[in-house]
Amino acid sequence: MAQSTQSDNSLNSAEFTDNIDGREKVGKVFEILFLIGLLVGLFVLALMLLNIGHDGLSSLFRPGFLTETPSRFPERGGIRPAIFGSVILGLIVILVAVPIGVGAALYLEEYAPKKWWTAFIEINISNLAGVPSIVYGLLGLGVFNYLLGFGATLISGALTLALLSLPVIIVTAREAIRSVPDSLRNASYGLGTTKWQTIQNHVLPYAIPGILTGVIISVSRALGDAASLVVIGAVSFLTFDPGLFQRFMALPIQIFSYITRPEPGFANVAAASILVLLFVIFALNGVAIYIRQHFTIAK
Amino acid sequence: MTQTTDYSDNSFALPSLTKSASDDIQEKFIAAILFSCALVSVFTTFGIIFIIFQETFSFFQEVSLAQFFLDTRWTPLFAQRHFGIWPLLNGTFSTSLVAMAVAIPLGLSSAIYLSEYAKPKVAAFLRPAVELLAGIPTVVHGYFALLFVTPALRNFLPLEVFNALSAGLMMGIMITPTVGSISLDAIQSVPRSLREGAYALGVTKVETIFKVVLPAALSGISASIILGISRAVGETMTVLIAAGQQPRLTLNLFESVATLTAFMAQISGGDSPRGSLNFKTLYAVGAVLFVITLALNLASYIISHRFKEKYE
Repeated sequence: MAQSTQSDNSLNSAEFTDNIDGREKVGKVFEILFLIGLLVGLFVLALMLLNIGHDGLSSLFRPGFLTETPSRFPERGGIRPAIFGSVILGLIVILVAVPIGVGAALYLEEYAPKKWWTAFIEINISNLAGVPSIVYGLLGLGVFNYLLGFGATLISGALTLALLSLPVIIVTAREAIRSVPDSLRNASYGLGTTKWQTIQNHVLPYAIPGILTGVIISVSRALGDAASLVVIGAVSFLTFDPGLFQRFMALPIQIFSYITRPEPGFANVAAASILVLLFVIFALNGVAIYIRQHFTIAK
Repeated sequence: MTQTTDYSDNSFALPSLTKSASDDIQEKFIAAILFSCALVSVFTTFGIIFIIFQETFSFFQEVSLAQFFLDTRWTPLFAQRHFGIWPLLNGTFSTSLVAMAVAIPLGLSSAIYLSEYAKPKVAAFLRPAVELLAGIPTVVHGYFALLFVTPALRNFLPLEVFNALSAGLMMGIMITPTVGSISLDAIQSVPRSLREGAYALGVTKVETIFKVVLPAALSGISASIILGISRAVGETMTVLIAAGQQPRLTLNLFESVATLTAFMAQISGGDSPRGSLNFKTLYAVGAVLFVITLALNLASYIISHRFKEKYE
């Protein structure tokens, strides 16, 4: 490097060449390497989608695949109970996790005094966001299946997934609430409103796009999660649409069980089920991106 | 928006300027409700700790600590039972190692490229695409590892059908966005003046990246890597599907291994009744997993918070 001429005694300025061309070439090589590193992930993503599309499209468009109950034969039956289970799971997660998550975020951003226990709640939430989903399964199994006596039912699975989604919802909702300018709050207080009136009428409406984005992302994660539901005891074969207090299926569980079947043909059904799950998740993520961009333009 | 609900019906009348007692009660009530929402997360943590360690405690009344930590065989489902945890740790370690060997270089180069090289428009398009990778369910990675990566690699490597390598590779792809997006935040928060100072000394762009930007972002990058390791250790479906269920003490990546998580999923699927030794074993393995990921998450949290103090 250029500055080493002064400090490094082994070089005197006559010998020193900056070799700028060579160094720029090294720079170019690294730029290409960084780009390749970025593209590898996207390339694998594309390969994955092509591979799964290739394996699954024919089964996906087979009549009855979306509307019938599973069969022991890969060329018959469908995945309706799994789709049904995932839809109900998603709805309950939203109903349970969103109010609690947004409530917690509001408390931490708007109410919480700076005390040691608020710091504790914060560390706790950021740690919960990193707890593996299978550990949430252990919690759900202990609390919902046994302690509350729900057993291996849809409601146990849904509540477990709700707890799983909670940290992400809280973290993203907090960011959205934090981005509301204080001038809005102060203007509202200046009109004599109470704290809750300010939150209800100014903070929340302003923060809603950000909150929604977080909610959608965390719900789409929950819909794709299999590990916690395996522990809860979701089943891989049902001939009816499960009720809240019945044994249940979900799309990722259905996919897992198809993958593990040794008979040929089930891989294609697994791929077709993956396409259904990915369609739902990509659609949700698309909505989230749309909300985010629409929101940035509007501001 | 104007606040009208609390005023009298006639919107032109002056509102009462005294704070009513019912307003006060309502405010306190709402604050209490929101506080209890925040408490749910605390209860979740205590619930996890209590339930896991309660079952683990009764596990260790049947199985000694020595059997758990000193034995090298893990065969709790066989007639000849052994409870040595090391083969499972071995499986978790080797798959995570492969995953990080993929995720660290890929995640860091994505972050560097997006922050230092990509034009804003390109970055605005590429970043959501990279993040989309993070949204793909892990059963999908498992499917691809088992039915595409393994057959493809078997053309020139002597892989078993289930092996640590394919599972680890796909897990690495899965974790890349985690490492990438946190590193990206860290790299982007390095003040521009540091880069310009380097340029002024005649340092090239890539030298600035390696000698100025990356060292300045080191704590954020370390935090992202530690969080990535934690995700790899806790990941279940990919390793369960593609790495198999053979608890082995081996560093051979071509062989089938069982991770902590794969064993947990396996024993859960078997419907072990509550109170049975199998059920307790599930929780004992869960305790090991929880302690490892907790330590990693806390380390990541502490490192990234030091970093925050430094730059804000």
